[in-house]
Amino acid sequence: MVRRIQHSVTSGVICMVGIWILYLSFTQEPSEAFLFPRLVSIIFVLLALWTFIKACLGRSKVGTGLNYNDFMQLLPGLLVSIVYVFWLAKFLGFYAALFLCSFTLLVLYDPASHHLFRSWIKRLVITSCFTAVMYILFYELLQVYTPKGYLF
Amino acid sequence: MEFIAYFGGVFEPAAFMLLVMGTVGGLILGATPGLSPTMAVALLIPFTFHLQPVHGLILLGAAYTSTVAGGAVSAILLKIPGAPANIATTLDGYTMAKSGNGAKALQLSFLSSAIGGIIGVLLLIFLTPILAQWALIFGPSHLFWLAIIGVTVIGTLDSQSLAKGLLSGCIGLWLATIGFDDILGTQRFIFHPSLGGGINIIPALIGLFALPQVIKMFAKGRNIDKIDILKIKKHSLFDAIREVKLYKKSVLIGTSIGSVIGLIPGIGGQIAGLVAYDQAKKFSTQPKKFGTGHSEGILAAESANNAMVGPSLVPLLTLSIPGSPTAAVLLGGLLIHGIFPGSDLFNNYPQIAWTFINSMLIGQILMLLFGLYIAAYAARIAQVPQSIMATIVLGLAVFGSYSVQNSMNDVYIMAALGIAMYFLEKFGFSAAPLVLGLILGPIAEANFIQGSLIANATDGAFTYFFTGGLNIFLICVVVLSITYSLRLTLSRK
Repeated sequence: MVRRIQHSVTSGVICMVGIWILYLSFTQEPSEAFLFPRLVSIIFVLLALWTFIKACLGRSKVGTGLNYNDFMQLLPGLLVSIVYVFWLAKFLGFYAALFLCSFTLLVLYDPASHHLFRSWIKRLVITSCFTAVMYILFYELLQVYTPKGYLF
Repeated sequence: MEFIAYFGGVFEPAAFMLLVMGTVGGLILGATPGLSPTMAVALLIPFTFHLQPVHGLILLGAAYTSTVAGGAVSAILLKIPGAPANIATTLDGYTMAKSGNGAKALQLSFLSSAIGGIIGVLLLIFLTPILAQWALIFGPSHLFWLAIIGVTVIGTLDSQSLAKGLLSGCIGLWLATIGFDDILGTQRFIFHPSLGGGINIIPALIGLFALPQVIKMFAKGRNIDKIDILKIKKHSLFDAIREVKLYKKSVLIGTSIGSVIGLIPGIGGQIAGLVAYDQAKKFSTQPKKFGTGHSEGILAAESANNAMVGPSLVPLLTLSIPGSPTAAVLLGGLLIHGIFPGSDLFNNYPQIAWTFINSMLIGQILMLLFGLYIAAYAARIAQVPQSIMATIVLGLAVFGSYSVQNSMNDVYIMAALGIAMYFLEKFGFSAAPLVLGLILGPIAEANFIQGSLIANATDGAFTYFFTGGLNIFLICVVVLSITYSLRLTLSRK
């Protein structure tokens, strides 16, 4: 039942997006610029409705859906990544943010014990090496000038 | 025989070094479970910006070739296919390795990969100029239908659900319309200032292929994947060569099937490997041995998935229609260097086109040489904890997306698409048709508009788009792929 609800909600959301695009395609001007989007949005809505009806009838068999345990496992990593990409990279600077994000992710997901001093040193070394490699690769070799932020 | 004149370019020091780097790197990435050839090539594209176009393409081509072959290493030694193309290799490869013949399985795999790969690239060399000439007869209506074929074939065959596969393609086509309209300059679907420039293909590719893998690694939590790499005993290479000679029929079957499947847009190496395995079994004198660690199974599967690589680039280089998701990523690599594939490619950029193709031929030989010696070590990368792998891929994805245009908007788009794709995949949607839609969208739209203008001035839209031998043939391909997928779905029930 949970799976059926999940599938129905997902396909319902996609269906709503499709209807919104369809509405915009037929109401925006100049109409010539929306000729192709109109064609695409009609097929989009038809397929989305088909998927939604199938999901509501419980006939949506493809896709495992979201599992509570998996979701709880990925949530911290996802949140750290979102904070890193959408805020920290610009605020602290790309390299400082990368260091912080990588270290946090290793603390969250590295299977080594948190009680061993050696594990913390290993995480610190890996993070430092990775940040250094990225700096050499992108800043020195490729000369990509990333936002500096408060640090670097 | 024009290609022979451009062999020198491959052996220039910088080009050759990149070819070696791409081959070795590709073998290692291919041997890493979870890092598909498409994702590896997508992550490499930002590094090619600062290279000359021909060098960038050599790097991408080498990575494409060797990741497919490298995927066999983890399939044989870990029973985890490095890429979907290597699924069939696990059937006999792992069983053979388990019985203590891991080295033999790897040797057979790399020898057959090289044979299949070389024949595949030779087909690319000889077919591309012919098809490029033939492509000159294609008008806007035909190119429009070809773009639609690219999306529908991959949408119907790559996805397990017909509706969701086609819907993914539609989402991709819609995403391609975001930004300014090319003809009238009108703003379309710009809901946020970061979408003003539209969706750049490279960050989108990185997001759609790399980020879901990172999130999947997060979903495993702090659990340790117990991976046991089978020990390898020495095996004479000459014995392996003798075995390839003995079972040359299987190599021939694999190569032929892989080449034909590679030419059809949308059908990937996974299908090539499985079909070749099945056919080799049917034509074998020892069909009962298949699945028990039999050499013919490995030879057929590996020759097929590498023979597919070269021909999969034929529709890309002649018609701008990528034959597979990885070819779509390569198209992104061509476009960022201002190279537009199509019938004029070999007239406008002969040096780039031929050096790139020749490098793939030399790359097959390098892949064989390096593969035989580093394969056993490459498998050890699977023991790197997922947490480290996720961190590295995330870092590369962010920096790679930013470096495309030095724009944070690209990073935001990459992240948003990647996160959305992870959840969509959980509900049966597939990234491949979405990417094809995104890449082929502008081609489809430009030709649709151009065709509509011609149609208005002549016999009308219906006559222009739906009549004429070539139009009808292309429409039939679209209908056939949908009908085939529908039949497949019904027969599964």
